[in-house]
Amino acid sequence: MGMTHIVDRRLNGKNKSAVNRERFLRRYRHHIKRAVSDAVQKRSITDIERGEKVSIPSRDIDEPIFHHGQGGKREVVHPGNQEFVAGDTIPKPEGGGGQGSGQGQASPDGEGMDEFAFQITQEEFLDFLFDDLELPNLARKKLKDTEAFKFVRSGFSTDGVPAKLDVVRSLRGAHARRLGLGGARKKKIRDLEKQLEALKSAPEDLDPAFSHEDQIQVLEEEIARLKANVRRIPFIDEIDLRYRQHLKKPQPATSAVMFCLMDVSGSMTQMHKDIAKRFFILLYLFLKKNYKKIEVVFIRHHTSAKEVDEEEFFYSRETGGTIVSSALKLMHKIIESRYSPAEWNIYAAQASDGDNWNDDSPVCGKILADSILPLVQYFAYVEITPQDHQMLWYEYEKIQEQFPQSFALQQIADPGEIYPVFRQLFERKAA
Amino acid sequence: MTNLMDRPNPPESDQPRAREPISTGSEWTFELIQKYDDEIAKCAAEFGLDTYPNQVEVISAEQMMDAYSSVGMPVGYHHWSFGKQFLSTSKGYQRGQMGLAYEIVINSNPCIAYLMEENTLPMQALVIAHASYGHNSFFKGNYLFRTWTDASAIIDYLVFARHYVAECEERYGVDAVEEILDSCHALMNYGVDRYKRPAPISASEEMRRQKEREEYQQRRINDLWRTIPKPDDDDDPVRRGKRYPEEPQENILYFIEKNAPLLETWQREIIRIVRKLGQYFYPQRQTQVMNEGWASFWHYTLLHRLYDKGLVTDGFMLEFLQSHSAVVYQPPFNSPWYSGLNPYTLGFSIFTDLRRICENPTDEDREWFPDIAGSDWLETLHFAMKNFKDESFIQQFLSPKVMRDLKLFAIQNDDQEDVYRVTAIHDEPGYRDLREKLARQYNLSYREPNIQVWNVDVRGDRSLTLRHIPVDRVPLGKETDEVLRHVHRLWGFDVHLESVEDGTVVEDHHCPPREFEED
Repeated sequence: MGMTHIVDRRLNGKNKSAVNRERFLRRYRHHIKRAVSDAVQKRSITDIERGEKVSIPSRDIDEPIFHHGQGGKREVVHPGNQEFVAGDTIPKPEGGGGQGSGQGQASPDGEGMDEFAFQITQEEFLDFLFDDLELPNLARKKLKDTEAFKFVRSGFSTDGVPAKLDVVRSLRGAHARRLGLGGARKKKIRDLEKQLEALKSAPEDLDPAFSHEDQIQVLEEEIARLKANVRRIPFIDEIDLRYRQHLKKPQPATSAVMFCLMDVSGSMTQMHKDIAKRFFILLYLFLKKNYKKIEVVFIRHHTSAKEVDEEEFFYSRETGGTIVSSALKLMHKIIESRYSPAEWNIYAAQASDGDNWNDDSPVCGKILADSILPLVQYFAYVEITPQDHQMLWYEYEKIQEQFPQSFALQQIADPGEIYPVFRQLFERKAA
Repeated sequence: MTNLMDRPNPPESDQPRAREPISTGSEWTFELIQKYDDEIAKCAAEFGLDTYPNQVEVISAEQMMDAYSSVGMPVGYHHWSFGKQFLSTSKGYQRGQMGLAYEIVINSNPCIAYLMEENTLPMQALVIAHASYGHNSFFKGNYLFRTWTDASAIIDYLVFARHYVAECEERYGVDAVEEILDSCHALMNYGVDRYKRPAPISASEEMRRQKEREEYQQRRINDLWRTIPKPDDDDDPVRRGKRYPEEPQENILYFIEKNAPLLETWQREIIRIVRKLGQYFYPQRQTQVMNEGWASFWHYTLLHRLYDKGLVTDGFMLEFLQSHSAVVYQPPFNSPWYSGLNPYTLGFSIFTDLRRICENPTDEDREWFPDIAGSDWLETLHFAMKNFKDESFIQQFLSPKVMRDLKLFAIQNDDQEDVYRVTAIHDEPGYRDLREKLARQYNLSYREPNIQVWNVDVRGDRSLTLRHIPVDRVPLGKETDEVLRHVHRLWGFDVHLESVEDGTVVEDHHCPPREFEED
C-alpha cells in the first residue's frame, strides 16, 4: 500500500472561486445594475459605500437540462412504512391530478419562483454605480482608492525595524533592567566588602586557630562569585529595545460643505430627480475622498427656497413656478451664518430642468458672480432636459466664461452624461 | 500491495487488547493524523482493501467552499455556474444554515481527499477511513470506474481543459466561450456512449490529438456536407429512405461535435472537453448507493477495528458513532426531513447485511442467496463492489431483511387514476417485486429521459431531429424548450424533438418554435 502524503493546503490561496464569482456577476450585470439602481434611490447619498443584497429570480439563472415532467405512471419506493399493505389505495389530494405531493420526486420545476439572493461587496456596488455613470477608469480609481495617508507617531513598541530603533529609550530600559537585576547583588557585594575590610583591618590574632584567613577567603570567594554574576547581566538585551511606532492617519483633515440645490417645481419629475441624485452622489463621493469631514446642505426651491433634510429634498413634490435666485440667496445666507470660507471648503451642485422666470435669470448670474463664486471651490450646474435651453442656461454660460476654474455646467438627458461635469474637477485635483 | 488471497493477518475482532490509544484529546495535529492514517492503513490491509496511494490535504472552510463549488474538480475551467454555486454555498455557510461537507474525495491517482481544519480528531479519522480507504478502493476496484475513467490522467486532463478554455476566451472572447459552455452543460448528461467502451482520457495524448483534429476535423465535416446529393438524386428511393445516422445515437454531444455543420474547430474541442467531463462523472451518477454504502461500511468497520486493537478511546468511539448515525439516518417517508431514500443508508445496510448473510446465514438467506450464504464475506463484498452498479447491485443483493428493516414499500402514481396505489411492501409476496422496482429506480434511463439523435435532414433544411422514448407515459419537463434552444445553438439549424410512443408522436418540441395553426 502506498504511502499517504499529508499536505497542509491552508496557506494556499482561498480565492479560487473569485474568477467564477466575477463571471457570475458579469453574466447577471443587468439584474445587479437594476438592484444597484434601486438601492441608489433608496439610500441616502451619504450612504453609498457599502455592499448590497441582490436577488435574481431562480428561473433566470437555472441551468436547464432534460428531465421528466409531471404525469404518466410512476412507481417510487419509500422507507418507513407503517400501516400500508399491498393493494391499499390513497386518495390524491384535491385538484392535484398527480401533482405528487407525497412522491418525494418532485421535479425541479415544481419549486416555484424562488429567488436567488446574494451579497455584492461595496467595491462591486460602486463599480456597478460607476458603470451606470460611465466613469473612466482613472476617475474610478480616484474615487475608490483609499485616501492619502501620513504617518504620525504613536508611542513605542517592542518590535520594529532597526531604522526605527530609539537609542535613548532602549538604553534607558537597559539601565533599568541592569539595576533591577543587579541592584540586590551589588548591595550584597558592598556589604561583604565592608565586612572584608573590617576583618582585614582587625589585628591579627597570634593564635593561628583564630586566624581570619579562612573567613577572608570565604568572603573573597563570595564577592568574586557575585561580581561574576553581575558581570553576566548583559549591558543591553533584546528586551530592552524600543522602536518608534507610527500609525497611518488619513491625510486630509479639513472640512468641506456640499450644497445640493434642486428645483422641485412641478416640471421636475421623479426621473429628473433620480438623475440629479446620481449627480449629487458623485460629488459626495469625490469630496469624501478629499475631505475628512463633510456636511451636506439640501436646498430645494420653487418660487421660494427652503433648507430641508434629504428625504424631503428628493421625495416631496411641489407645484408652481420657479425662481432660481431664491435658492442662491438662501445658500449665500447659510454660508455667511454657518460656513465661513476660511474654515470650510465649499462645493455646490445645482440641478434643474432649466426652467426659470426669465426676469430672474440675470439676477441669478449676478448673485453667483458677486456673492457666491468668490466663496466656493466649485459650483456645478446640470440641466436635466433633452429640450432647448432657456434663459438661465445662457446666463450661466456667461458665468462660466468669467469663472472657468470654479464653474461648470452641463446638459444631461441620461446618467452617462453626468461625468463630464466632474472631469474638470478631477483634473484640477490631480494637478 | 495485498489482495484477498494472501492477506497477512486475518482480523480477529473479539480478542481484547491492552488499551493504548493513539491519542486521548480531540485536537488534531499533523503527527496525529499521520499516526491514525498509518493505523487505518494497516487495518485496511488486513481486510485486503486495494487503493491508489493517498494524498490527504488539510484545508480551511473557505477552501472547502471553493472545492465544493467546482463540483469537486481540483482544477476547473472558469464558468459562471461555478460562481453561482460558490455564492449559494458561502451564503448558506455564513448564515449557519448549512454545514459544509465533511469530505470531498477526487477519483484520481493519487487519490486526493480533503480534510477540513475545523474537524475534530475523531472526525478526521472518520473522513480518512471513509474517503481515503473506502471511496479510494471503490474508485480503484469498481468496473464502471475502471472502464470510464483514468484516475492517473484526470488531473492533467483538467489542467489541459482549463488552459484550452482560457486560450479560447482570449482569442474569441469570454461571451462566445460562455455560450458554447452553457449549451454543452445543458447536454452534459447526454455525452456518453453507454454501451461502448470509451477511449481513456489522457492529457498528453489529448494535446497531441487535439492538434491533429484541428487540421483534419474541419475538412471531414465539409466532406460530409459536400457529399450531400443534388436535389435530382432524390429520385433514388433507397437513398431517400435512409436516415442519417442510420442507427439512433444516444451520445448527442458526440454526434454534434462530429456532425454539426457550422461549428468552428475550437467549439468542437470545447464540446469534447465537456463530453469528457460528463464521461468522468458518469460512473459516479450510477454508483452513488454502492459507493457511499461501501465507504460507510468501511469507515464503520475500520474504526471498530481500531477500537478492537485498543488504539482509540471510548470517547473517540462515541463521537464517531454519533457522526456515523447522522450520516446513515433515514427519515421515514412521512417525516418533514424526508427527501427520498438516503443512499448512505441503503448502501450501508446492504453491505452490512451482505456480511451477515456470509457469516451468520438464516434459512431465508440460504433460500434467497444460495451462492453467498456462508461464503467468505470479504471475497463476496469485494465481488459485489467490483462488478455492479446501483441498479444491478440492488437487484442482486437487496435482502428481505434490509427491506424489512427499512420498511420499504412502493407507491404507484398513475395520472389516469384518482388514487395512489401501494403496489408492494416488505412482505413475502412483495419482496421480489419491491426489489425490482427499487432497482429500476436507479436505472439511469429511468431517471433521465431517453433521448437520442434520430435523423438529420441531410438533403433538405439540415434540421436535426431528436427522438424521445417515454417510459410509462412520463412526459418531458418544462425546461425542454430551453434545452432545445441550446441544441439549436450548437447545431446551427432547426432542431426538432419528438416523443414517440408505439410509433405515434405524442409530444413535440421545435426550435425555433413552430407557428401554431390553432384548430
